[in-house]
Amino acid sequence: MTGGIIVSIYVFVLAVFAGIELITRVPPLLHTPLMSGANAISGITLVGALIMAGEGGSGFSTILGFLAIIFATINVVGGFLVTDRMLEMFKKEEKKK
Amino acid sequence: MSILISIFYLIAISLFIFGLKFLSSPGTARRGNLFSVLAMFIAVVVTLFDRHIIDYKFIIAGILLGSIIGVIAARKVKMTAMPQMVAAFNAFGGIASAMVVLSQYFRFPQSIDLNNAITIPLTLFIGMVTFTGSIIAFAKLQDLIKSAPLVFPAHRAVNFLLHLLILVLIVLFAANAGATRLDLLVVLFILSGIVGITLVIPIGGADMPVVIALLNSYSGLAAAASGFVVNNYVLIVSGALVGASGLILTDIMCKAMNRSLWNVLFGAVGLGQGKQETAGKKQVIRYTPVDAVVILENAQSVIIVPGYGLAVAQAQYALQDVVEMLRKKGTTVQYAIHPVAGRMPGHMNVLLAEANVPYDLLKDMDEINEEFQSTDVVLVAGANDVINPAAREKGNALSGMPILNVDEAQSIIIIKRSLSPGFAGVDNPLFYDQKTMMVFGDAKDMLLKISGILKKE
Repeated sequence: MTGGIIVSIYVFVLAVFAGIELITRVPPLLHTPLMSGANAISGITLVGALIMAGEGGSGFSTILGFLAIIFATINVVGGFLVTDRMLEMFKKEEKKK
Repeated sequence: MSILISIFYLIAISLFIFGLKFLSSPGTARRGNLFSVLAMFIAVVVTLFDRHIIDYKFIIAGILLGSIIGVIAARKVKMTAMPQMVAAFNAFGGIASAMVVLSQYFRFPQSIDLNNAITIPLTLFIGMVTFTGSIIAFAKLQDLIKSAPLVFPAHRAVNFLLHLLILVLIVLFAANAGATRLDLLVVLFILSGIVGITLVIPIGGADMPVVIALLNSYSGLAAAASGFVVNNYVLIVSGALVGASGLILTDIMCKAMNRSLWNVLFGAVGLGQGKQETAGKKQVIRYTPVDAVVILENAQSVIIVPGYGLAVAQAQYALQDVVEMLRKKGTTVQYAIHPVAGRMPGHMNVLLAEANVPYDLLKDMDEINEEFQSTDVVLVAGANDVINPAAREKGNALSGMPILNVDEAQSIIIIKRSLSPGFAGVDNPLFYDQKTMMVFGDAKDMLLKISGILKKE
């Protein structure tokens, strides 16, 4: 298990570096959609929630998983939709003539 | 089977990364968002094949309910309310992560290994701080509670003590791996929630962009931390990406406001800054919209500086009307956007895009600051601190803050209700400059008058 957590930490740190590289290239123009999009991505907790809610029990653990699914799904669905709504508004000038 | 799942998770991770990469240009950004949607879809569907999942009724019900609320929220929200929306979503992300790790704990409270004994309390802490902190941020942005900084006696000492207690609880829990220490977890749950409140409540409305960015980062970290608990790399990587994104935005916002993160979190600005120098004897040149039109019509190049006051007055449309008419006459018009022009990073751009301003006209501070000196007229609407040249001098609240070099232009038109200073409480010498025309009044009214006069001619 200790080996497992070390690998996880490696993955985490490398992903943070990748994130920094990617995000610094996003222009200030798009920082709001970036935030709402990132927000939706953080709803990835949904994956964890699915396992917790789907184990077949009906105890406290399952209820917590069920609530987690609701919250994470709001985050995912709402976040991606509102990001798309915003990005749709960003239009380049139509070339007339 | 589990190898197959891992491969699909890897595909999802890659798609998230491509999704963020495509966000680097407005032309590809929408595609980037779709990549992220696809990534999330793959991650969720693959998870449903996990051998631990045998009962789908709670899953289907939860996803349905969450989707309905999500769709309604995303459709209904006004663009001015985006900061609140992001704050609310940060809260949901935080509480979801906290619930996932609690759920994990209640599955096998007897057999918590060392890994989980460390990561469960840690995730619970981050998740709960994100949750209650975001709720307070939401309430402040939505004007449910006063947005002014709220400080109680010994605030810092209490915060420090709370953090210390939490650290002790986490260590105690980890040290007792194998034993069921639900009591510790409950206390941790409550204390972490309180910390979220005490962290955000002393922060004033003007600093909210920093706070939302920071909480955005926390919500990512909470997701990553819960990934450590359930041993899932998708969670770890996606959470890390969001965490990094939030941190960078926090840093950008801090720099744009000339504040350190420490200062934002523990400085409680706005208190005791009430004394504003009154601009008693200085001369102000007062103008009417008619005068403004004359100046604008004779300009070859115009730069517009919009501030949040403009958006509050819902004057973006009137402004863009004016811009369109000037451009038809052959005038070059651009918008100069300061990083803190809105209530969250990039907010002003969204508000202007909504008013049909093509994004090629929107220039950020670094892009446009060189151009002011060769510009005939700058039209300022609803902005103050971000154009205050006092920032270049030493010894005031704005000193060192990056500003738009509006004072370098040939002439300046400022639409403003009064001469009152901005959030920072520093008088703006630009108001009394020879080349400045002050047009006093509501931004929307004045812009409508200007566009009305332009239309007639």
